[in-house]
Amino acid sequence: MLGVRNISKVLGDFHLEDISFSVEKGTYFVLLGGSGSGKSVLLEILSGIIRPDSGHLTLEEKDITTAPIQKRRLAMVYQDQALLPHLTVFENIAYPLRCTKIPSSLISKKVGELAALVEVSALLKRKPLTLSGGEAQRVALARALASDPVCLLLDEPLSNVDTPLRYGLRRLLRRINASGQTIIHVTHDFEEALSLADELAVIENGRIVQQGTPEDVFSSPKSEFTAHFTGIRNFFRGKLTSGHINNDIKCFTIKSTTFSVATDAQDGEGYLIIPTESVIISEDKIENQAVNLLQGEVVDYFPTRAGIEIVVKAGDLLISGLMPKGTLWQRDELAGKKVWLYINSLPKRFIPL
Amino acid sequence: MKNDRTYLIFSILGGLVLLFIIAPLLSIFLSTSFKDVSDTIKDSEVTESIWLTIFISMVGTILFALGSIPLAYLISRKQFFLKRFFIAVINLPIVIPHSAAGIALLSVLSRNTLAGKFAGQLGFEFVSSPAGIMLAMSFVSIPYLITSAIDGFNAVPVKLERAAMNLGASPWRAFFTIALPLAWRPILSGLILMWARGMSEFGAVIIIAYHPITTPVLIWERFNTFGLQYAKPVSLLFICICLAFFIVFRLLTKRNTDARG
Repeated sequence: MLGVRNISKVLGDFHLEDISFSVEKGTYFVLLGGSGSGKSVLLEILSGIIRPDSGHLTLEEKDITTAPIQKRRLAMVYQDQALLPHLTVFENIAYPLRCTKIPSSLISKKVGELAALVEVSALLKRKPLTLSGGEAQRVALARALASDPVCLLLDEPLSNVDTPLRYGLRRLLRRINASGQTIIHVTHDFEEALSLADELAVIENGRIVQQGTPEDVFSSPKSEFTAHFTGIRNFFRGKLTSGHINNDIKCFTIKSTTFSVATDAQDGEGYLIIPTESVIISEDKIENQAVNLLQGEVVDYFPTRAGIEIVVKAGDLLISGLMPKGTLWQRDELAGKKVWLYINSLPKRFIPL
Repeated sequence: MKNDRTYLIFSILGGLVLLFIIAPLLSIFLSTSFKDVSDTIKDSEVTESIWLTIFISMVGTILFALGSIPLAYLISRKQFFLKRFFIAVINLPIVIPHSAAGIALLSVLSRNTLAGKFAGQLGFEFVSSPAGIMLAMSFVSIPYLITSAIDGFNAVPVKLERAAMNLGASPWRAFFTIALPLAWRPILSGLILMWARGMSEFGAVIIIAYHPITTPVLIWERFNTFGLQYAKPVSLLFICICLAFFIVFRLLTKRNTDARG
């Protein structure tokens, strides 16, 4: 239904490069990315606010790359809602309807229905500045729906909303999507993406680095960004080469450091995931271990649900592990402490590129 | 303690400035008798000139607003070649001597110029006519409206207009339903300033048209011909009427005209 083909855009130092994806009717599509990744720029290109330098956009088989913003039928819901401050909630929702030739009686009926859908019927006479963040976002959703869009574009719609209200809004978004409304939702929130998406694209430095169902993306992260979302701290890009000892143990080299990895994957570039639980940290050198043994210095530490997480700089790498249970290390002695790291070969995971 | 001293010094300095503004106005009030004012109100030459001045300045303000407000919107919203130069040009009438502005206007509006000949074909002329007075008043006062309107449009987030267009509004509709209502207050302030400044114009007006006589010209004429005592009642009356209009319009702009409220 919505096709994005090889879209590129240069904005100062920022490059949006060769973005391609398609969104089928009724799909809840989430674009996940951190600050400055280009996700909001991409949304502005879709809505027509920014023209791409190259590439094509199609909507229901029609090319809309250069179509005027008001003719696209891609309604945007902004992070800060962009409600019209001089109009009441009723007039805000009615605004897109007044742009058409719908009779006033039908406008009142339609506004009433949409207000009921997003549960703002009691707020119709209020001005936007008197609304809470959650109420304003519901009004913005109703207003976007009033324009009868082919696809809703949501730009971080839940980021200015308190946590309890966020769950309510997520339910509302799922309900709107369940009614057949196609949605493209931009967010930096991994949990939000996981809870809403039928399909997911991860955008990083102006490029889509991974795309698929949430299960695909989170079970095999292909970027540090996604890996961090899944709670994986040790995520390294490097090269896998066959070992000398046997075919099942291979060498994974990251800059000047080499790990032994138990994998039957083909040699080549890829990512290595080392769970923090597999990193054994010790003050003394672990005897009888010749491989996956590194010496380093503690550069950071912070409490997590699993215990105190320690970040060790070992050569060029920053490796996270948990503070060994039963140690008597004082927290104020951790910074700069020299430690040994041993990485158990079994739980490491290699993801080929 | 040091803070208190700073505020005291600032208050004294500020007070002197206020005194400088208030003293001449107060003096004219105190030194003019009620009888003189009463006689002046009955003087048809004075009342006609006051109404003429108010009316011409208002017509000029309204007519030029039709072009000035779109111009201010363009300047606020678009980036274009020589934009800063154009903004400087708009503000030129404030800095040039107004008698020089009158001469400059005369050089494009007199009978033997293109505009003058065109007006002649339409059956009127600019020199010594209300049309010429209106142009002279507008020329010197238009920067106040444009600058104020630019500030007003700058304060309206572009995002709101984009949101409106994203919802199906044409740029025309977005201007009239978003930008204009939200910038309404500074625009109205600009209109009042332009109108008030136009009314008080003397230098440019007297070069374009001595007659029909506007109040600033009449005050000058009475002062020149009969002396200070004869100029004072007309001045007082004109000041009172201008102040009354000014206060009424200011109150109007304050009451519920803040579209963001």
